[in-house]
Amino acid sequence: MNETLKRSAKRPAHFSQIICLPDLLFYRQGLAIFSALVFVIGSIPSTFAALNNPYPQADSQQNILYSSFSERPKHLDPIRSYSSNEYAFIGQIYEPPLQYHFLKRPYQLVPLTASQMPRVKYFDHQGEEIADTASVDDKNVAYSTYEIQIKPGIRYQPHPAFARNENNNPLYHALSEVELESIHRLGDFARVDSRELVAADYVYQIKRLAHPKLSSPIQGLMSEYIVGLTEYAKTLKQAYKTESKEKDELFFFDLRRYPLAGVEVVDRYTYRIKVKGRYPQLLYWLAMPFFAPMPFEADQFYSQPGMKDRNITLDWYPVGTGAYMLSVNDPNLRMILERNPNFHEQRYPTDGDSGDFEKGWLTDAGKSMPFIDKVIYNLEKETIPYWNKFLQGYYDVSGVSSDSFDQAIQFSAQGDAELTSMMQEKGIELITSVEASIFYMGFNMLDPVVGGDTERARLLRQAISIAIDYEEFVSIFMNGRGQPAQGPIPPGIFGHVEGESGINTYVYNWNNGQPERKSIETAKQLLVQAGYPNGRDKDSGKPLLVHLDITGGGPEDKSRFDWLRKQLKKIDLDLVIRNTDYNRFQEKMRKGNAQLFMWGWNADYPDPENFLFLLYGPNGKVKHHGENAVNYHNPKFDQLFDKMKSMDNSPERQAIINEIMEMLRHDAPWIWGFHPKRFVLHHNWYRNAKPNLMAHNTLMYKRIDPVLREQMRSKWNKPVIWPVVLVFLLLVITIVPAVMVYRRKERQPAVLK
Amino acid sequence: MFAYIIRRTLYAIPILIGVNLLTFSLFFVVNSPDDMARMHLGMKRVTPESIDKWKQERGYDKPLLYNASAEGIEKVSDTIFFDKSLRLFVFDFGSADDGRDIGFDISQRMWASLAIALPVFIVGILVNITFAMLLAFFRATYIDIWGVVLCVILMSISSLFYIIGGQFLVGKLLHLVPISGYDTGVSAIKFLVLPVIIGVIGGIGAGSRWYRTIFLEEINKDYVRTARAKGLSEIRVLFKHVLKNAMIPILTGVVVVIPLLFMGSLITESFFGIPGLGSYTIDAIQNQDFAIVRAMVFLGSVLYIIGLILTDISYTMVDPRVRLE
Repeated sequence: MNETLKRSAKRPAHFSQIICLPDLLFYRQGLAIFSALVFVIGSIPSTFAALNNPYPQADSQQNILYSSFSERPKHLDPIRSYSSNEYAFIGQIYEPPLQYHFLKRPYQLVPLTASQMPRVKYFDHQGEEIADTASVDDKNVAYSTYEIQIKPGIRYQPHPAFARNENNNPLYHALSEVELESIHRLGDFARVDSRELVAADYVYQIKRLAHPKLSSPIQGLMSEYIVGLTEYAKTLKQAYKTESKEKDELFFFDLRRYPLAGVEVVDRYTYRIKVKGRYPQLLYWLAMPFFAPMPFEADQFYSQPGMKDRNITLDWYPVGTGAYMLSVNDPNLRMILERNPNFHEQRYPTDGDSGDFEKGWLTDAGKSMPFIDKVIYNLEKETIPYWNKFLQGYYDVSGVSSDSFDQAIQFSAQGDAELTSMMQEKGIELITSVEASIFYMGFNMLDPVVGGDTERARLLRQAISIAIDYEEFVSIFMNGRGQPAQGPIPPGIFGHVEGESGINTYVYNWNNGQPERKSIETAKQLLVQAGYPNGRDKDSGKPLLVHLDITGGGPEDKSRFDWLRKQLKKIDLDLVIRNTDYNRFQEKMRKGNAQLFMWGWNADYPDPENFLFLLYGPNGKVKHHGENAVNYHNPKFDQLFDKMKSMDNSPERQAIINEIMEMLRHDAPWIWGFHPKRFVLHHNWYRNAKPNLMAHNTLMYKRIDPVLREQMRSKWNKPVIWPVVLVFLLLVITIVPAVMVYRRKERQPAVLK
Repeated sequence: MFAYIIRRTLYAIPILIGVNLLTFSLFFVVNSPDDMARMHLGMKRVTPESIDKWKQERGYDKPLLYNASAEGIEKVSDTIFFDKSLRLFVFDFGSADDGRDIGFDISQRMWASLAIALPVFIVGILVNITFAMLLAFFRATYIDIWGVVLCVILMSISSLFYIIGGQFLVGKLLHLVPISGYDTGVSAIKFLVLPVIIGVIGGIGAGSRWYRTIFLEEINKDYVRTARAKGLSEIRVLFKHVLKNAMIPILTGVVVVIPLLFMGSLITESFFGIPGLGSYTIDAIQNQDFAIVRAMVFLGSVLYIIGLILTDISYTMVDPRVRLE
């Protein structure tokens, strides 16, 4: 019997052998169920328009813009925030006194909450005002004042910090632990209110720069200019220590009780900032969230014990006067900006650059802003899902990642970037702009081989600068998304010169109306002059090794490293790449142990000072912990920089910049690298897409057509069901014989006759 | 059994201290508090003063393990290790470097992790066991052979391929589910369908082969032959007798991972934009946020120990011969 069982178990199943009446009945039942399922599944496309819609169907035609964030913002407190992913939010919420004109180029500052541009006065060493501004220079100006008058009637967003009880006392400023029990997020507070923006709020925020518990990235810089800020920080530190001994660990440290010498409230709507000497760049800072207003009520509200435990802090729930307010802040899932119902009157500009009208960027001229009701930022960590959702119409704007570049962009015979036919069919539009940034390779000027002011080192740096072909780099590794740099100042910033007079003559020749990199022979000749014929030290005969320190290089960077080695090999030099982690790399930079490295800078504001200070001697990284990563020190440069930095844009300033540029190109402390180009794609329902790389509050200018968007989404996202039916069918075809075999086997007698 | 659980819990304390010390040492071998501050403060305008302020604010201005300048017990207690580790034992995870309460974030994010991990776990076990039973039933036939081949193929494919391929096919080409995203409540279902299917399919290969091996071992034993001889149906033999007797090895692999379901899946959560604890941990490692890394490692260790204890307890339930003393 055992043998029989074994035989039956091992018997192969053949469909023709196993059909019998009960099986047929079973087969018919199965067929009926299967047919019903096919019918149900087949009816799905007509029942649901878009199964892949990640948003609620009710929101389909709403005036909502969809965007994303890949990592949660670290800070939303404007005194601490200093990165673009944070500014994407707080730029829409907080309003500094000034802003950049949305359309005009070069970038132009205009009032935002200020009623007019700040009134600047200069004072000499005797404290007398210098009436004749033409005679103002750095020597005779002891300090300057910036008087800013804000528009009356601007109100804050609704917020519980402003709520008051019947006796006009703050409702939520002294909450007990019991009262906080039912509070888990800001929306749990039943009552909200608002109040008018006053000059004291701006003063309060400037004082926060020196708050002992807040690390503001610009405290050090501003202490150099704002009168009394350094001393103020010491005063606050001491006062905080004293107060914290008397109170709980968390308490409201009321800055209103501590005056700051350099900042004062003039009247309800006017305040004054006093800076040492001249510092015209202060105007640019006044367009950044660091100088946005902060109501003391918000500080007091968030300082209560128990708030931090619930993640209800000023760093997570901003309070502003801007066009939008953060209504949902769940950085683990999504963040939502909603129209601020108290937003003051702001109208779309009526004038712009030439060509703006033709591009439709003046269609909304004079209309009241903002145009969009709500902006939903979803957590989207990977680029591929984001890109696919953009193609499906579920995101309105997208960048172009390396993964999707070939799908989106092609280059014409003239080398211009244009959209592929697939993108054009979808009505997607491309906008490119050169960013106010630079990526460069730096020579450590403290290095005994490539650094220093000797002619030998200078010629070596020039030779290497010629050899590293950044045109090729941009083409291969950046998909053409970059413009080789002729100096540190990017296009669009005052001081940048286009054309023949703007090229780096130590690396390029001007040929056929465009810069052409000098030949490798020229570079080799420079090496001979430097004492490295054929890449060998003429004295010792040893080959010259150049060490490149780099961070974060993974296997995917191998081709880039090979390319770099190849570049130096062209002039018979060997490149040794020292790949290290971020921390060790930073340490090398601080100690000046790197020889050649890659670095970058993104502009804070559109002024040449913001790039040239990267080469200013007193900013040297090793000696002064500054931003001059190459530790370049040239007294002549420093002198010219000191003169240039406080000048207004003028032909005289340009002449000094030209002199500086010639000096820098000759000394070649950087291989100038490239200015990245930003490629932005947007659907045709997204309007007013003109890129403004300096402004942070651009959201209120954007407009969408939700009806058109919904039409396109429906057209692009019809569910395709037949493959599911097919898979189901295949599954059934596979399973049915198995079931039949089982049933047959079960009905078999234990012993075969 | 109660004494056993108490004993195992007490054993866990030195293990957790050891894990904590190891995590602490490994982390600070590659990251000094200065490095953490620089990473957090960004690339621009970072001054030594701002670094000191950052460290002071977060308690990283103390010595790591031993404070030579302190007196008495404070030589040990006035250190970063003591400050940051002791309160973990009462599950007070403290604040992340960005100021957010870690305990709060964990309590929010673990549900998203569970929302994927639990269905994948349950459906995966059911599918794997059923498929393994099928292979065992049709052992040595073409179904068994091709089933094993299929398992090997499924095992050989990277999980990343399943994810990207699944998103491309089901989300992009067929437009049947959202490519990525997440929502709370019932709305979460449409976002979970694809990751759960992918998770189940991705686990079929290894799971089914493992269970098939266990079942084949059992299927040739005498009690199975006896059951068949009694005339029991094959389904009854397999699901009532074989499965029951194969429970010990199954439980060994299954029960231990149950508590760890809270910890989430690193790659799946990242690609599907699901805000679970897996992506939370990855982000923390990338941002050098020691507070979160330490909390997650500690939590993982605790859950693993709980899993092992549960496994032992489960043995007593399926096999009366096992006694916990």
